[in-house]
Amino acid sequence: MAGEAQFPLETLDARGLLCPLPVIRTQDRITALRPGTLLDVLATDPGTLEDIPAWCRVHGHEVVETERDGRELRIRVKVLGGS
Amino acid sequence: MAEPIKAVALISGGLDSMLAAKVVMEQGVHVEGINFFTGFCVEGHTHAIRAKHRARPKRNNALWVAEQLGIKLHIIDVIEEYKKVLLKPKHGYGRNLNPCLDCKIFMVGKALAWSFMEEHGFDFVITGEVVGQRPKSQRRDTMSVIARESGADDRLLRPLCARNLKPTLPEREGWVDRGALYGFEGRNRKPQMELARKFGFTDWAQPAGGCCFLTDEQYSRKLADLWNSRGSRDYELDDIMLLKVGRHIRPAPHYKLIVGREEGENAYLEGYRRQFIALRPTSHKGPLCLIDGKPDGRDVRLAARVLARYSQGREADRVTVVANRPGGECTELRVAPMPPSEIPAAWHV
Ligand code: SF4
Repeated sequence: MAGEAQFPLETLDARGLLCPLPVIRTQDRITALRPGTLLDVLATDPGTLEDIPAWCRVHGHEVVETERDGRELRIRVKVLGGS
Repeated sequence: MAEPIKAVALISGGLDSMLAAKVVMEQGVHVEGINFFTGFCVEGHTHAIRAKHRARPKRNNALWVAEQLGIKLHIIDVIEEYKKVLLKPKHGYGRNLNPCLDCKIFMVGKALAWSFMEEHGFDFVITGEVVGQRPKSQRRDTMSVIARESGADDRLLRPLCARNLKPTLPEREGWVDRGALYGFEGRNRKPQMELARKFGFTDWAQPAGGCCFLTDEQYSRKLADLWNSRGSRDYELDDIMLLKVGRHIRPAPHYKLIVGREEGENAYLEGYRRQFIALRPTSHKGPLCLIDGKPDGRDVRLAARVLARYSQGREADRVTVVANRPGGECTELRVAPMPPSEIPAAWHV
């Protein structure tokens, strides 16, 4: 993601957690992040593919990339001025 | 410009709380939603675990409602704090192990505390309760108990039945118009359906019984069995999650088997190999089985025989089962599948 390179990148490991816990952890982390930050959420519950984007939509953040590698998921969220 | 009036709405994911929030939004109040995760909620989990539920949408209903309403939803982890509600409910349990009245007091109290936090600054709390809708937790007298014991008092507004109750602070202050609130009462759901139609809502979750597993008889039985066998009423998140999964078979007080019922459950149970003895047939296809408790060698052998009965080798003379201990120690057992007639009904939790 060359265009995003100038933004700080953080990682949240939510692997092994079942929904809604990955969403809760994402929410709690984002509350402490500045707009513009990118957050990579690592997860294994396929429910996160629905829930994290839904949470982002209602809070005004943006899912910029989703990647799946076997059971492992990576959802990259861009923190916007939302919450 | 004056600060707008702000209300926080308890959003369960069902219709009533959705309507309640909408009624207040219609009056120009800024509404945000709050949802509490106790660990017992009927949400994503089971749907994510059981393969047969995978075809259904796995949406989180509370988030979905928030999106329909166009409001923010704050999901709060209350797993630890909820233990005192469930383990020692001042007002007792409902039909099963559901401490609904204490649970509501707790949730309204938490919502109030959240809404008063400086960075939030909300003025009142909304719930979708309706007088007389539930036999215990939504009676007229318990409505005032919830308001009083949660500490919310008259900052708790129930828009769907407010007209049957004393005017609350938001009504008296003119933050909301009491005339535009409702006076629903009892178990008849028609008024809610009509209101949903008026707002153009066509889809909502209808959890059978209640919003959490504690209203489920079978689940409550498994939880009571867990407490009995341990001799103490306590639990960790993993315990209560595992109660949602698999067949639970207890041959003796000191151990029980958790046998996956299908692929999704087997995959979920796989994640617990590091904490439990795990058994799997190798000569035939069959489920994964975890042993919870302190089994000795004979118990593990018996567990292997029970597991063999649930494998495709159930008619075979012998089934090979591999038992893995959390430390990595691995034993191969050749056992005769236990005939169903030898598995007493009382073993099934
Ligand atoms: S059904 Fe469960 S979540 Fe709902 S009020 Fe009762 S105990 Fe609480």
